[in-house]
Amino acid sequence: MLATLIGVLGDFDLAEDALQDALATAVERWPRDGVPDNPPGWIVTTARNRAIDRIRRDQNLRRKTELLGRLEEEEKVDESTIPDERLELIFTCCHPALAVEARLALTLRSLGGLQTDEIARAFLVPEATMAQRLVRAKRKIREAGIPFRVPPDHLLPKRLASVLAVLYLIFNEGYGPPVRRELCAEAIRLGGILATLMPDEPEVHGLYALMLLQDSRRDARVRDGELVLLEDQDRTLWDTGEIEAGKRALDRAIALRRPGQYQIQAAIAALHSEDETDWEQIARLYLRLHELLPSPVVLLNGAVAIAMVEGPEAGLAVADSIDGLDGYYLLHSTRADLLRRLDRRDEAAAAYRRALELTHEEPERRFLRRRLQELGAESSPPFDAADSMP
Amino acid sequence: MEYLLLIHDDESVYATLSENELSSLGQEYGAYTEALKTSGVYRDGRQLQPSSASTTVTVRDGEQVVTDGPFAETKEQLGGFYLIEVDSLDDAIEWAAKIPSARGGTIEVRPLVPMQVPAQ
Repeated sequence: MLATLIGVLGDFDLAEDALQDALATAVERWPRDGVPDNPPGWIVTTARNRAIDRIRRDQNLRRKTELLGRLEEEEKVDESTIPDERLELIFTCCHPALAVEARLALTLRSLGGLQTDEIARAFLVPEATMAQRLVRAKRKIREAGIPFRVPPDHLLPKRLASVLAVLYLIFNEGYGPPVRRELCAEAIRLGGILATLMPDEPEVHGLYALMLLQDSRRDARVRDGELVLLEDQDRTLWDTGEIEAGKRALDRAIALRRPGQYQIQAAIAALHSEDETDWEQIARLYLRLHELLPSPVVLLNGAVAIAMVEGPEAGLAVADSIDGLDGYYLLHSTRADLLRRLDRRDEAAAAYRRALELTHEEPERRFLRRRLQELGAESSPPFDAADSMP
Repeated sequence: MEYLLLIHDDESVYATLSENELSSLGQEYGAYTEALKTSGVYRDGRQLQPSSASTTVTVRDGEQVVTDGPFAETKEQLGGFYLIEVDSLDDAIEWAAKIPSARGGTIEVRPLVPMQVPAQ
């Protein structure tokens, strides 16, 4: 309903205020006069009228004239067919002219069910900071003339990519560690809405599938605050409903026959949820993904899959060929794991220590220390006293 | 809405261009300006003299201070502008991307505050 009002009024703040007014009026009148035939239509019409009242009182003459002019031009809202403007809204919230953090916040606030304080908590910033971020984003939309519309065809591919990136960033913020379930749930819900509104876009289904498949492992991924590797997870904790929904979404994507990065990642996640993992297929998919999205991180994942098919030596050769990841702890923990399997214990211990230097997330650090202990090595060089204290 | 497209460019690059390159760049700008006019979005547009021709003026406590040079010493300098009127930021961005200097330099897309509408 908020999306509809933003569409009708062309102003985020005004729409939010007007909706509040209309809901307050409904609470007052409906018990007395009875619920109207079309409650959502009634709310939208009432909110629009309240908005006009508000604009008339507005001291800012320029904005007043402009808004009133536009509203009075329009016909009375047809209560029977409330337009679904969520798609326009999501494209506006994810516009590339907004800072990335503003896109995340605005999408969650406008399309998600989250209040400003909840979003602030999820992103670990003070509520005042988040409120300010939202105010600035809404002002930029108004002052810069960011349009409220689904982009025309020639702009659509790039802009849809921006929308999908925002949803996946929200999901990953929540996927953690630290895990924040409400963000994953919102990202999936929005992904589902987008898949309904844009049924012909394979990457939309692909992202939806990917998020469902990743989320299906949430209960098995962390045990007693520790991160559990995929191969060590208790599969009975996997959410089979979500896995099935994810595979259905992936089937819909593949049927459209236009592959893309999210579909490939979802396909990899789907293969990981089978009883027998087809590592050969996974290795192939990572190499295909690397063609579409050249990234050392993708290649690193490919190295892991190749190690599963051809042995740790082959995987290590790929991992050692990767440039530009020396500051990334997963490169070192992956190398360490491969070296451990090759029984090159000293090199493995050195790589685990390098990984430990590079991550500050406690569950990951505990995991790395445990692996080091299993190698019979000190978790830290002796001069670093802090880590060996009880 | 009206947008000012501010063209920031590294001036020193122009000194390295040959006569031919300069003239083909000039033709490109001519064609671009013509396209703006044909589409009916053109309001104004000019090339600026180099920043070495710039003078900065401040008045502090009634004291006028005049300094040689531009407002800020940066690698890219303001070299020209277009003023266009289009429906939304998306259109302004599309036009900005077509400015020849967008390839090497940077175009800032700045919306104008609308003119005050007189009270009725």
